[in-house]
Amino acid sequence: MWSWVLHRITGVAIFFFLLVHILDSVVLNFGPDAYDRVIGTYKNPVLGLGEAALVAAIVFHALNGIRIILIDLWSKGTRYQRAMFWIVVILWAVLMAGFLPVHLHNAFTEGQ
Amino acid sequence: MATIDAPRTVPSPARRRGRGNWEKWGWIYMRVSGVLLVILIFGHLFVNLVAGDGIKAVDFAFVAGKWASPFWRVWDGLMLWLALIHGGNGMRTLVNDYAYRPTVNRALKWAIFLAVAILIVLGTYTVTAFDPCPSDPSLSFCQ
Repeated sequence: MWSWVLHRITGVAIFFFLLVHILDSVVLNFGPDAYDRVIGTYKNPVLGLGEAALVAAIVFHALNGIRIILIDLWSKGTRYQRAMFWIVVILWAVLMAGFLPVHLHNAFTEGQ
Repeated sequence: MATIDAPRTVPSPARRRGRGNWEKWGWIYMRVSGVLLVILIFGHLFVNLVAGDGIKAVDFAFVAGKWASPFWRVWDGLMLWLALIHGGNGMRTLVNDYAYRPTVNRALKWAIFLAVAILIVLGTYTVTAFDPCPSDPSLSFCQ
């Protein structure tokens, strides 16, 4: 049940970010100065932590989504759904362990 | 232990004679677009947040460099359409589960539909018409 709750919560969070993220991309039509000002608001430690949380949500939603597809379509999917949940958790932890040091370093250091 | 309301769907038969089975196509769409989005979004996150200087390098010039190639325009355009419809349909599922009053249910689904439709139009315009060197010098990246 927790995988189901988490799938819904991460899905809603990603959807609202998607709305904002498309609007910030639309600012590309208003020229380099306007876009660089808007995208510049993403480049600080606070938003850096927000991006880390966003990526954590996306990676969980992606891996658990693959698990849902396997439960639906693989003949042994329901039998192994619990094992697959722990595989999702482990893969999520591995991917985040690779992503977080790189991203947090970029988010917490100045300059190009 | 706290409990959560069981998911509930507004009573309307999924199968209606003569109108096809839209819910089944929605179910298939979520899975097909989901697999494609895993590839598209993981690639997007790697190129924009992990490779090079990550978030620090993302600016107008970075996007103009990517969109100099039709490959990334198609990539980003596919992400736009697949993700918005996937997310909109997911939100519709939640509204059907939790918004019991018919007026609220309908209003929320209209809001989701409008948000998705407007952003698909704006996003598609941006990813296709984007020109780093337009004739208006105040909007131009090419001095």
